[in-house]
Amino acid sequence: MSAILAIAKLDAAYGETKVLSQVDLSIEEGGITALLGANGAGKTTLLRAICNMMVKVRGEISFMGTRIDGRATESIARLGIGHVPDGRGTFSHLSVEENLRLGAYTRRDRKGVADDFERVYTYFPRLRERHLQQAGTLSGGEQQMLAIARALMMRPKLLLLDEPSFGLAPVIVQEIFRILGAINRDEKMSMLLVEQNANLALDLADHAYLIETGEIVMGGEAAVISGNPSVRRAYLGY
Amino acid sequence: MQAFLHQLLSGIATGGIYASLALALVMIHQATHHINFAQGELAMFATYIAWTLVQAGVPYWAAFVLTLVFAFALGVFLQNVVLRPVQNAPFFSVVIVFIGLLVIFNSLAGWIFTYTVKTFPSPFPIRAWYGSNYLSPHEVGMTAVTLVVLVLVFAFFRFTNLGLAMRGAAQNPAASRLVGISVGRMLALGAGLAGAIGAVAGIMAAPILYLEPNMMSGILLYGLAGAVLGGIDNPWGAALGGVMVGVLENLAGAYVVGTELKLSVALLVIIFVLLFKPSGLFGRSIVVRV
Amino acid sequence: MLGIMAALALAVALPFVVSGYRVFQFTMVLDYAIAVFGANILTGYNGQIALGNGAFYAIGAYTVAILMTHAGMPYWATIPIAAGTCFVAGFLFGLPALRLEGPYLALTTFALAVATPQLLKYHGIESWTGGVQGILFDKPDAPAGVPLNSDQFLYLFCLFVTVIMFVLGANLLRGRTGRAIIAIRDNPTAAAGMGIDTSLYKSLTFGVSALFTGVAGALGAIVTQFVSPDSFTLFLSISFIVGVVIGGVATVSGAFFGALFVEFVPNYADQISKAAPWAIYGALLIAFMYAMPTGVVGLLRLIVRRIDPQWAIRKDAGKQ
Ligand SMILES: Nc1ncnc2c1ncn2[C@@H]1O[C@H](COP(=O)(O)OP(=O)(O)OP(=O)(O)O)[C@@H](O)[C@H]1O
Ligand SMILES: [Mg+2]
Repeated sequence: MSAILAIAKLDAAYGETKVLSQVDLSIEEGGITALLGANGAGKTTLLRAICNMMVKVRGEISFMGTRIDGRATESIARLGIGHVPDGRGTFSHLSVEENLRLGAYTRRDRKGVADDFERVYTYFPRLRERHLQQAGTLSGGEQQMLAIARALMMRPKLLLLDEPSFGLAPVIVQEIFRILGAINRDEKMSMLLVEQNANLALDLADHAYLIETGEIVMGGEAAVISGNPSVRRAYLGY
Repeated sequence: MQAFLHQLLSGIATGGIYASLALALVMIHQATHHINFAQGELAMFATYIAWTLVQAGVPYWAAFVLTLVFAFALGVFLQNVVLRPVQNAPFFSVVIVFIGLLVIFNSLAGWIFTYTVKTFPSPFPIRAWYGSNYLSPHEVGMTAVTLVVLVLVFAFFRFTNLGLAMRGAAQNPAASRLVGISVGRMLALGAGLAGAIGAVAGIMAAPILYLEPNMMSGILLYGLAGAVLGGIDNPWGAALGGVMVGVLENLAGAYVVGTELKLSVALLVIIFVLLFKPSGLFGRSIVVRV
Repeated sequence: MLGIMAALALAVALPFVVSGYRVFQFTMVLDYAIAVFGANILTGYNGQIALGNGAFYAIGAYTVAILMTHAGMPYWATIPIAAGTCFVAGFLFGLPALRLEGPYLALTTFALAVATPQLLKYHGIESWTGGVQGILFDKPDAPAGVPLNSDQFLYLFCLFVTVIMFVLGANLLRGRTGRAIIAIRDNPTAAAGMGIDTSLYKSLTFGVSALFTGVAGALGAIVTQFVSPDSFTLFLSISFIVGVVIGGVATVSGAFFGALFVEFVPNYADQISKAAPWAIYGALLIAFMYAMPTGVVGLLRLIVRRIDPQWAIRKDAGKQ
């Protein structure tokens, strides 16, 4: 398998504060890669760096063989990277349906878009029920579903997910992870999954990386990582 | 009663002008959180372009359309060239840039077109064709034109993907970029649209107010008052607020204090309303979960 | 401290080295500096946008003119009364205005500025205000025995008042009150949580701002010996806010740079282009904002920090 996203020697900083240093990471095409790390390790920052938003970036990022570092956020999105940011970032004054329409904004295939509305409503029936409701008034879990659904409407080739389980009840987390697995299986959509819940993430992912204070300290197949004794102690709690 | 009806209707007619400007202000405000103090002067300048075209023999409606194109381009140009460099500057610095644009266009208009007051043609028949003298034909036509413009603008924002993208970009620029929307382009488009809407207001107001470089300064204030009265984050409310200001101003002038103080009285009433509804009559107050 | 002394010495020497009209212009610079400082207290330090301070300037000026012509008061005695009147007026205006924020407050203060000339022209109060004509009165002379011409004397008188006002203002901002005013700007909820009566302080700030602006208006009237509705248009209010931003939002010394801009740049623009002076003025405004988005003082601080990175730290340490 080849890498859909390859990152080499990546530094990232907010103003003068350096957060990532010399990050090397690659994501297998069609796979799910988990990115694990403690609070403040730099996971969110890495996702932001990929999309060139809010952080100053140095280093190489290639997506499907083309360099994307230095490109504008919107043009990176147009290339096929969907990003479900932390804190979800939905359009809170717009309706559910309008949020989804914006997800598909750059697409020109009307038929495909109509099909995808059907598809995401099938994944998330709750969103169909509430398609006219203002996004800002949805429950936390529903907003998370909306954020994922909106990214799916882009038909991205790579989906970046920043803690999709954050603040959600275990049942809902299970549900969302099940759906992510299904999407990955059915549509061969590659994913980079940032998670605090290492158990769940390592179950779902085929590869994983560990990040500590801005540096990648370990990377490899998910099964190998979850078998590592120090990982078990630090992240899996046994 | 007749006289009252007359004042009321003519208030609605001028209110349409204020509504247009209020809408233009709200569009910019939603996207940038700034009040474009130069919006009125841009409209005035565009009206001079229309005047020049008409003088040069261009048919009225052709001049009208050409002027809107000009005003749109001017709005885009100013957004991209003058305002973009200060988009990260402190709030008040941007306010000063808008004030700078205001005096520049006011002064340029005086320089290029002189300060002599000019008459401006109305495209509507001189004699009323509807057998009533509540409103002059120009007032009727002007109301119709503003109404058409407002409906078009709202339809654009409501029903087109581009309009939706503009709303999204105004509301949440970061999320917009993540779905591939170029926020810079949306801002420019918004500035262009606002410019064109303002130009309509200027062209429609000119036959009544006569064309001179300070023609729009009062209208800017009324437009702002309308926007604030209706709620600066609600385009519909702002437009309605503009109409209300027109009516209020007209009635105050006719019945309460005379033309000398009508501006002050109208403003006083608005401020009074704001004390009870600090975010305007139709200001948005939805609960946003975070 | 050394810098302030040097500036003061320079200011005292000034009327003896430049010619008559220049002295008048620099008198106006001092006058505007007080007004700009007043606007800055409200806008810069307290975060309430002040687009209508020209109204308080007008009240201060008219108070002087009316007291001097109708009550025969000496010019110097009218200033405290103008200050008091404006404080009350500002405080009262601030009471309702404190419910408003952002564009809503902007409109309200803007409206105040627009309405001012109209109200001053109102014929019901013509016997006091002189209506459209305004009021003309006599130029105060230097007290007998003081070897100064009246321009020089007025300049030094203004300088004296300016020093008093800035010492008072700077002390106010440095003390408890100032900290409360700034806390309200930065985080109103937290300020209220700390037990600061935000409503009271916001109204008080309006009053203080109006007081400063009113004193400036009073001095302005004394210096020009003339008040009329058309001297107090919207443009005056806008000039103050321009002065605030050009000098530096939330800075004390910025007021002087702002005042220099307000007084001299229009003349300068007029010299460059007689045809469209205000276009030049506007272009200069925008150019200033590009070159120094944080104002003259902001730029100076940046330069000092570039040269001596420890400066700010030492300065803060010195304060404690
Ligand atoms: N906008 C910002 N400006 C300055 N520093 C920031 C900013 N965002 C994050 N940081 C800092 O960068 C570091 C990494 O933050 P980041 O959000 O990437 O962590 P994270 O791994 O996502 O943590 P968490 O699991 O808590 O979400 C932290 O020290 C944080 O304080
Ligand atoms: Mg994070």
